[in-house]
Amino acid sequence: MGANSKTVTDDSFATDVLQADKPVLVDFWAEWCGPCRQVSPILEEIAGEHADKISVVKLNVDENPRTAADYGVTSIPTMNVYQNGEVVKTIVGAKPKAMLLKDLEAFI
Amino acid sequence: MDDVRNVIIIGSGPAGYTAAIYAARADLAPLVFEGSVTAGGALMNTTDVENFPGFPDGVMGPDLMDHLRKQAERFGAELVTDDVTAVDLTGEIKMVTDGSGGEHRARAVIVATGSGYRELGLPNEKRLSGHGVSWCATCDGFFFRDQDIAVVGGGDTAMEEATFLTRFARTVTVIHRRDSLRASKIMQERAFANPKIHFQWNTEVVDVLGESKITGLRVRDTRTGAESELGVTGLFVAIGHDPRSELFAGELRRDDEGYLLVDAPSTRTNLAGVFACGDVVDHIYRQAVTAAGTGCAAALDAERYLTSLEDADLTGDPAQVAQAVVSA
Repeated sequence: MGANSKTVTDDSFATDVLQADKPVLVDFWAEWCGPCRQVSPILEEIAGEHADKISVVKLNVDENPRTAADYGVTSIPTMNVYQNGEVVKTIVGAKPKAMLLKDLEAFI
Repeated sequence: MDDVRNVIIIGSGPAGYTAAIYAARADLAPLVFEGSVTAGGALMNTTDVENFPGFPDGVMGPDLMDHLRKQAERFGAELVTDDVTAVDLTGEIKMVTDGSGGEHRARAVIVATGSGYRELGLPNEKRLSGHGVSWCATCDGFFFRDQDIAVVGGGDTAMEEATFLTRFARTVTVIHRRDSLRASKIMQERAFANPKIHFQWNTEVVDVLGESKITGLRVRDTRTGAESELGVTGLFVAIGHDPRSELFAGELRRDDEGYLLVDAPSTRTNLAGVFACGDVVDHIYRQAVTAAGTGCAAALDAERYLTSLEDADLTGDPAQVAQAVVSA
């Protein structure tokens, strides 16, 4: 995907997200989802600007249904923040950058 | 005065992008605020658009918007993925403030902010949003494979969503507070013919049930008042739209429902140099092609207005400008 956000899968989720040493924002998305396309460049910017504090990764729900089901994701985009293996924040739906930054202010 | 632009367009979607194409081709170098998460407008949440002229096999909503966007860029429109948070449109020079606090000035402004989904207004609707409550069937239908779900609404959007959702769901119950649909005939027939779609007439949703995800709905019969439960795991809300016009409430005239009022068939608002088009004005047709049509008209109206300003500058009589604009 973008330069600042890597892709994770059902198989890499435990290593890349749950065992990561800093907070990880997981963007649950799919090709067919218009609002996902809209929020994607905003997350890319946030990832670039706050790379020292938080990682941003993308998980394609179409290709990785297991993780989406495990976390009860039923709307996309859903952005979950994981810290020490737990979900510590859930953001549902595309939002303007200022609102996302406010939602994430505890982590950045 | 170098930083004063000819025209700023607020909003994207068919109206905003078409206005941008026409304004850019007229060499007006428009600045377009697409919106930070609403860029592309309502069609970004649809799949097949079957009735946009020129696409005999249909076109995906997001693809159509990509095409319009590229076409506007090709002629020199400057597109910004940001919101407008404040406006001052009363003077001859209009001021527009963006989401990062930047201020932009222009002689003409075209408003094409469209409309937003209407919510049911139930406390648990918000709480369970993203946990079974959705406003976007094309985004979220995938998560309801082989489940029983419900769609609220009786218009074209509700029928389109219900029909689309049958690709995934086991059953789709359409909940509508009347005993007949407002949807177009073709959409109704398609829904009636679909064996997975059931209709629950004269019914409204009074509560969304469930702790961490939806387990059912509490519904009420609008004739008898009797309440009952409907066991579904998903709820798609498609009860209509409200115009996105709050930003202009103090300056532009609106009707009781918030739609901007224009001097139809032109796109002139009550303020000289301010034009409005698309779904923020139109509560009757609400089609991609009508939005595009009024977007074109708004650009032509703005171009004519800017020309009249120049002519008046040449004659040196500002009073004539206002007159020319009012009677144009």
